[in-house]
Amino acid sequence: MTTVDVTQAVARVRVPVGGRFGWLMTVYRYALVVLLAAVFVFPFVVMLMTAFKASNEIFTAPPQLLPHTWTLEHFFAALVEIPFWRFLLNTIVISGLSVLGTVLVSPLIAYSLSKLRWRGRNLLFIMVLATMMLPPQVTLIPIYMMWNRVGLTGTILPLIVPAFLGTPFFIFLIRQFLLSVPDELIEAAKVDGASEFRIYWSVVLPIARPALITSAVFQFVWAWTDFLYPLIYLNDEDSYTLSVGLYSFLGQHGVQWGPLMAACVMFTLPALLIFLLFQRYFIGGIATGALK
Amino acid sequence: MAEKTAKYREPTGRALLKGLAFASPFIIGFLVLYAWPILASGYYSFTDFSLFKAPRWVGLANYERMLHDAKFWKSLYNTLFFTFVGVPVDIAISIAGAHILNQKLRGEPIWRALVYLPSIMPAVAAGFLWRWLLNAQYGFVNEILSWFHIPQPNWLLDAGWGGISVIVLMLWTVGGTMLIYLAALKNVPPELYEAAELDGAGPFRRFLHITWPMISPVTLFQVIVLLIAFLQVFTQPFVLSKDPGLGTQTATGPGDSMLSYSIYLFQNGFTFLKMGYASAMAWVLLLVTLAITLLILWSAKKWVFYDNR
Repeated sequence: MTTVDVTQAVARVRVPVGGRFGWLMTVYRYALVVLLAAVFVFPFVVMLMTAFKASNEIFTAPPQLLPHTWTLEHFFAALVEIPFWRFLLNTIVISGLSVLGTVLVSPLIAYSLSKLRWRGRNLLFIMVLATMMLPPQVTLIPIYMMWNRVGLTGTILPLIVPAFLGTPFFIFLIRQFLLSVPDELIEAAKVDGASEFRIYWSVVLPIARPALITSAVFQFVWAWTDFLYPLIYLNDEDSYTLSVGLYSFLGQHGVQWGPLMAACVMFTLPALLIFLLFQRYFIGGIATGALK
Repeated sequence: MAEKTAKYREPTGRALLKGLAFASPFIIGFLVLYAWPILASGYYSFTDFSLFKAPRWVGLANYERMLHDAKFWKSLYNTLFFTFVGVPVDIAISIAGAHILNQKLRGEPIWRALVYLPSIMPAVAAGFLWRWLLNAQYGFVNEILSWFHIPQPNWLLDAGWGGISVIVLMLWTVGGTMLIYLAALKNVPPELYEAAELDGAGPFRRFLHITWPMISPVTLFQVIVLLIAFLQVFTQPFVLSKDPGLGTQTATGPGDSMLSYSIYLFQNGFTFLKMGYASAMAWVLLLVTLAITLLILWSAKKWVFYDNR
């Protein structure tokens, strides 16, 4: 073993081809990746800096990146000029309930599609796939009319009920995960005489944890950033989410870039935190190809 | 059937009930949120109706009306422009960026996170931010262009650049596709490159003859996913085109250059209260999406390589 290790170590040392100029290649590689990352990150920096600038520094040509005087005034202005806390609370409630619906319901269907054997299972799976492909514009108006008929437009129900009926993307994601779980674990619990729901609850769900977390974080970010559906269903300012609230406030007092950027910072921050905390679940979800 | 050999076999009836019980939320959801709405939307598309009046059968009138509706054609043209410019550029940037990320870098998870960051930003906030960045006088985009003596367009106010502004905003969230390509690049067997190098193939030929065919199944899937996303684009042009002076929802950018198909559909359904017409538009969108997708799938046998080893 040691000899192998040594040869591997030697091979590794010799890997940076390009000889004496190997370090130049390293610099080049990192320069490229820094440039790439900068394109994606620089707009965030502009947003932050604009939010912290004094009002009289915002409109300068050519634009200056760093503030001369740092100030929190735009954050306070944003909190006062728009009902920010109200919008924030609404967004938290809708996102939270959507996540709850997704983790409670999508795995039930995923379990039925992966571990239970029944006639019609394949048909149901095809239905899940087909609904993933359907442009939401096709169902938008009939679903709106349905909610309108029962008098529930203007409430948050149209925004959260779909999560409690199973979201095709997450059903698919969790099903793929469960397929890789060996049946023996479930069979063993059956021998012990556990009921199907008990097996699901105390054996399958704990195993499916990674897929559930991936679904939960994507559902959270989707609900947090959603615009079209809240725009259609929420018609009273008191029920607006941050997306709709910020949109409708643009221009009511002219464009005040300072407070607007401060509000955007506060709006983005929770999604950013969730992303940073659960990064590997996001990347895992992206790698399955079903989510983006 | 495999079930015959399973040890704990249940009667089929019982198994069916169990399967249905677990799947029942989605069965309800499928009926209420998909099956019925699709049928209803098809029916509505042949009617004249709005929130305030019941559907009245008008035959093909809504579809005929599209033929003479200049705004309909403009919105379709814009959306196809976004799609046919945006999707190839998105794929090209993703592949190039994935190569940059796939260089055995230190701190790779950090670089991956940074390129994905814009994708988790609320589209409304991203739209506002880019309105500021693309501001002709005070924005950083034109400032950076001026460093390189590149002409600086009036992005958001020039009819020739409005559509490109929408594409730029959408391309900012290219990171997800880039990470999918990064995973695909890591799956290409290194022996292939070693063999090609021995044959004296340079980087360009290695890409053309190894990388491109090996990642082509991913490309096929991503082209379809992006195509669907671009054909449905709503929020980005909707936010970029909002007129801060009027504050209404009917602004569509200079010369209607940001009027996407979905925006016009939304306006018809919810602003002009022509829900029959909007439903007909939804069906045309479905058919256009289906036609382009099938065309791409049909072309796939010419350029997608499946590794059957």
